[in-house]
Amino acid sequence: MLGFIIQRFLQAVVVMAVMSVIVFCGVYAIGNPIDIVIPPEATQEIREAAIRRLGLDLPLYKQYFIFMGNLLQGDLGRSFVYNVPVLELIGGRLPATLELVLISVISATVLGVSLGVYAGYRPESWISKTIMGVSVLGFSVPSFWVGLILILFFAVHLGWLPAGGRGETVEIWGVAWSFPTLDGLSHIVLPAVNLALFKLAMMIRLARAGTREIMLTDTIKFARAAGISEGTILRRHLLKLISIPILTVFGLELGSTLAFAVVTETIFSWPGVGKLIIDSIGVLDRPVMVAYLILVAFLFVTINFVIDLVFALIDPRVRQGATS
Amino acid sequence: MSDPVLSVKDLKTHFFTRAGVVKAVDGISFDLAEGEIMGLVGESGSGKTVTGFSLLGLVDAPGRIVSGSVKLKGTELTTLSAAELRSLRGHDISMIFQDPIATLNPMLTIGQQMRMAIDAHERLGARAAEARAAELLTQVGIPSAKERLRAYPHEFSGGMRQRVAIAIALLHRPAVIVADEPTTALDVSIQAQILFQMRDLARETGTAMVWISHDLAVVSSLASKLAVMYAGRIVEQGPTATLLRDPRHPYTAGLIASLPAMAAPGTPLTQIPGTTPSLLSLPEGCPFAPRCDRATDTCKTDPDMTHQDNRGWRCFHPVTRTAEVPA
Amino acid sequence: MKNNSTPLSRFWAEFRENKVAVVALVVVILMMLLALFAAFVSPQNPYDMANLSLMDSRRPPGFVGSGGYTHLLGTDPQGRDLLSAIFYGLRISIQIGLAAGIVSLSLGTTLGILAAYIGGRVETLIMRAVDLQLSFPAILLALVIVALLGQGKAQLIGALVAAQYAYFARTAYGAAKAERGKDYIEAALATPMSGRLVVLRHLLPNCTPPLIVVATVQIANSISLEATLSFLGLGLPVTEPSLGMLISNGFPYMMSGRYWISFYPGVALIILIVAINLVGDQIRDQFNPRLRK
Repeated sequence: MLGFIIQRFLQAVVVMAVMSVIVFCGVYAIGNPIDIVIPPEATQEIREAAIRRLGLDLPLYKQYFIFMGNLLQGDLGRSFVYNVPVLELIGGRLPATLELVLISVISATVLGVSLGVYAGYRPESWISKTIMGVSVLGFSVPSFWVGLILILFFAVHLGWLPAGGRGETVEIWGVAWSFPTLDGLSHIVLPAVNLALFKLAMMIRLARAGTREIMLTDTIKFARAAGISEGTILRRHLLKLISIPILTVFGLELGSTLAFAVVTETIFSWPGVGKLIIDSIGVLDRPVMVAYLILVAFLFVTINFVIDLVFALIDPRVRQGATS
Repeated sequence: MSDPVLSVKDLKTHFFTRAGVVKAVDGISFDLAEGEIMGLVGESGSGKTVTGFSLLGLVDAPGRIVSGSVKLKGTELTTLSAAELRSLRGHDISMIFQDPIATLNPMLTIGQQMRMAIDAHERLGARAAEARAAELLTQVGIPSAKERLRAYPHEFSGGMRQRVAIAIALLHRPAVIVADEPTTALDVSIQAQILFQMRDLARETGTAMVWISHDLAVVSSLASKLAVMYAGRIVEQGPTATLLRDPRHPYTAGLIASLPAMAAPGTPLTQIPGTTPSLLSLPEGCPFAPRCDRATDTCKTDPDMTHQDNRGWRCFHPVTRTAEVPA
Repeated sequence: MKNNSTPLSRFWAEFRENKVAVVALVVVILMMLLALFAAFVSPQNPYDMANLSLMDSRRPPGFVGSGGYTHLLGTDPQGRDLLSAIFYGLRISIQIGLAAGIVSLSLGTTLGILAAYIGGRVETLIMRAVDLQLSFPAILLALVIVALLGQGKAQLIGALVAAQYAYFARTAYGAAKAERGKDYIEAALATPMSGRLVVLRHLLPNCTPPLIVVATVQIANSISLEATLSFLGLGLPVTEPSLGMLISNGFPYMMSGRYWISFYPGVALIILIVAINLVGDQIRDQFNPRLRK
């Protein structure tokens, strides 16, 4: 078990290192940042001074080591636009995004697994067919358009829910959260639904496919032959067996939802990191872009690492280091 | 003799697929007395596994029992509700499968899985349930049973897992066990151990068994009577010794002749020409006719079961011992 | 069961049984024709500035504009006839989707088969990179690349390819690897037959069915992703409005109830994507032997 954790941890570190190289090359090495930092009418001398000051005259690998050194000390540079440390900028916006993402992914998973298991258990019933039909829609319809329709219908037409912003927030441990207040909650509903729909469709499909496959296995047949009731089979056998693929996707989706929040936050003016990155891309605020990418990569790696640990907790074969 | 504990009459289980109706089981009948072991022999695809599932009412869609009767201790099973069937399964009739690796849930301990099987039919306290589970494990030959209850399936060898499955099937002392090739996936030495253990258990507890196998040699050492299946029907049945010594159906004769033990060393093994027909496109009349060297035009019609003493066969031109002697 | 029929006709016979999929296929073909002949079926050339009048801008569906004809779906902020703009937008969306799909297919398949065929370090290197990329959300990748490369058709296609080739690579690799391990490939390699022939005759054909499935899904995804990027203002230049751009243009007017500017292009986009996905679903089910009864 300990060996497994150490092995996974080392893997995570390696992936992080590779990601940092890619992000560094991707954002720093392509194009010339000088053109953005220094006005084109600047003299040759000012240009050269700036190049030296930013360390851009050094060989690429040295630049990378300086970048990494700063990174490890938590220094990701200052935003060109806001002129504050990037980490501060992102840190202030992260809770809003995390709140939105967690609410979406968790509700999508709970609802999606329930509906998917039902659809997989009774594939021929009309309810299942309806569920699957709707899930094709959820899968196909671009998320930004759904967002527009949600605003059009619930905010403009019915006037039930606000169309954007975060609403009233409450400070817990020095961080602002929307969900504890009624106003905040009403602001989070539409973006959360918007963000959750795609994940919901995905979870439904995954749970249905898993259920169909598992229900055909000898494990289920044997349980039935022993006279175990269908309810017990679903609760104890199926849910346990299906949890592994669901958990894998849950982890992956947590990360990708974080990325997709970019779209939802833009539509609903949700003040999270997603909106920040879109604005930064628009004005080529490189330090913010780099920091965001590194952060997303870091969250990805962390989530995967945690998921591996959870695997080890629920699957006895992994826990006891069995190879079969 | 007393009434049979299991009585199957003209059972038909068909699968309604897109490509057509597959008559996987097409009118089979047999009786099983208390403590009796019957071998159900046939090639893969002959319908023996579907027969086993039909007995427990476990046929999956698109298949279903279309007609016939299965009586267990006098109760007609084919007309029972799902809930009534469930309460019989595992209690009065249970089943063991071929691959012990696939039957047990890898995420639950042996104890948890046995407990579920106990709870399905009886309310026992935690301690009593554990004692019962441990007792059964000991009975099927698993040492230090109490500790093993806390182990997961992957901590057992294949043979041990099959013993666990057998213990689960035996938990409620069912009247009938359907064993679907339970030793095929195991090593030969373990095969023999389990075979004889099962035979002893059946003898001690009075449990009757339907032992499904493609291996005539394995079954004949165990079963007191045999039923040979071909293309969804029983083509010949009777006491094991009689059938082996004096087969009437050419297919049975072919199976026996192709046993390695029947051939003198150094001579080629006999084989049945041709392959099993697809159940979707069965020939008119006797399904074995295309592979049979005794077939005539008469075989274009379907032969009925001919009964004689305690045996029966479905063939117009049965093999007789004198006919085997070359002219 | 007819045994004299070709695999293609048998495939079609099974496909025909699913009415929904057939309707979806008809819709896909119809939309492609509309896109192809946009210039002939549109009431107006939406790119010709001389045709447009600001007097006609943001008018509701059914409005009769200065051109003297009815704007069935209304007009957009520039006074363009929305129906015409949708036809032309479809054309751009389909173009981009197909182009990105075909390039990703070729690139991904080549990489996947190469990895499976050569093996060793090349295999490890390619597949590690692919796996790493697959764990990263496509939209983020596309976003960053567009941001770095700037706007334009080629850049956009490049970003979509970068975001999607990995799916093809993984699929082709999986299928080719399974086939590569079989004895007959070893046997073929032992003969004077060139390695290239082995790849072309044996590995590639075995990858085709799963690749077709992935391709339909990914073309739909490309179209959706392009629309999303355009909506975020990172897609094509304003002079060539794709469906996503049309939707984006209408967004500010939605709050004031002028829903049609965003709504109808969105409907067109969804019909296209759903239809492609339904066709893809049916193809996948037909290729999946486990679901066949």
